[in-house]
Amino acid sequence: MNGVHDLGGMDGFGKVQPEPDDKPPFSEAWEGRVLAMTRALGAAGAWNIDVGRYGIERMTPHLYLSASYYQKWFLRNERLCLEKGMVTADELKAGHATTSAKSLSGSVLEPEDIARTLVRGSYGREASAPAAFKVGDRVRAKNINPKSHTRLPRFARGHVGVVERIQGCHVYPDAVVAEGHEDPQWLYTVVFYGQELWGPDSDPTLEVSIEAFEPYLEAA
Amino acid sequence: MPHDAIHDHDHGSELNEMQRRVRALETVLAEKGYINPEALDKIVEAYEHRVGPHIGAKVVAHAWTDPAFKEALLADASQAVRALGVERTVGDHLIAVANTPETHNMIVCTLCSCYPWDLLGLPPVWYKSTAYRSRAVKEPRAVLADFNVTLPSDMKIRVWDSTAETRFMVVPQRPDGTDGWSEEQLAKLVTRDSMIGTGLPKAIDEVDT
Repeated sequence: MNGVHDLGGMDGFGKVQPEPDDKPPFSEAWEGRVLAMTRALGAAGAWNIDVGRYGIERMTPHLYLSASYYQKWFLRNERLCLEKGMVTADELKAGHATTSAKSLSGSVLEPEDIARTLVRGSYGREASAPAAFKVGDRVRAKNINPKSHTRLPRFARGHVGVVERIQGCHVYPDAVVAEGHEDPQWLYTVVFYGQELWGPDSDPTLEVSIEAFEPYLEAA
Repeated sequence: MPHDAIHDHDHGSELNEMQRRVRALETVLAEKGYINPEALDKIVEAYEHRVGPHIGAKVVAHAWTDPAFKEALLADASQAVRALGVERTVGDHLIAVANTPETHNMIVCTLCSCYPWDLLGLPPVWYKSTAYRSRAVKEPRAVLADFNVTLPSDMKIRVWDSTAETRFMVVPQRPDGTDGWSEEQLAKLVTRDSMIGTGLPKAIDEVDT
């Protein structure tokens, strides 16, 4: 979806505010609970990473831009738990469970087993067909504007770049969200000149790459 | 509906509202058996005390002292870091990119906040900010200026947008004047920002060795 989350190339957000390496990761205790809850729900099979991202992208633009990072995560968790029927609005209001649980595809994350959430999952899959592009090929990022989840940023659409790396065949986020299955696709690192993306006034030393799934690309 | 908004009160009561709502959701999820709050305690503890940029710094320091490891790291970072056996298992799809005298690398996620958590811990607030995500791909030198970093005008700047499940880390250039330094000494020069590409390693007179 062409949401406000797709920020690359926008102006007006001000300066970046650096911070020291030793700043604590959570400024409030509830932020840590939200992060940990998200990991535990993932382990329990409540939703996968793509559905989770789409849950944040669907927030109204004004809320997306005004909520803090962990507020966004929390609102997404609340929304998806409600949408999936895992909890009810009455239960959240009361702060206690009053209905029975739905069964999920994963298992409850136990304290002795948190290592499985600290290691990232693997998204590589067997390929069902050879890769359509090879390193060095010129490719154009398609001009597509799906209403559902996509990982093709707007700033790359319609522009020509070069395949620099082939990253293997990966779970395809667009299909996970729109169709509920993994539909693995070849994944490429495609690099664009800054002036191709931003015009002749762009920094001539700039190159930008995206990680592009094969359905995002056409030969150029 | 409760999920449509965060009520616009003053700062103090907004925090109270978040605390209350997070506790309510956690309690309901725990009572229904979806989560175990003790596991949440352990996850918070891990990110507060165990996982952080010191892991990435060890990897970089090792790459600075062992050319064969650096080559392996740039070829397949997940496999190379696993073989190094630092503290915990790294996930798949980790990619290390090396700065050179000709090219400076920067990492961003314009669409959300993808970051090499396994090596650097949780991202700093600025990495997730609209300012960084919007500007890094278009005016990286201006972003670097916000970090007081100025690079030669003819140096190529390569920005890696983390739009899939591949995760990137930058191997900065080893600072001059560090011949003969141990890996432990070198690791002290490696900042988090230098592994994202918004900073450079510390100067040798900035650290106690």
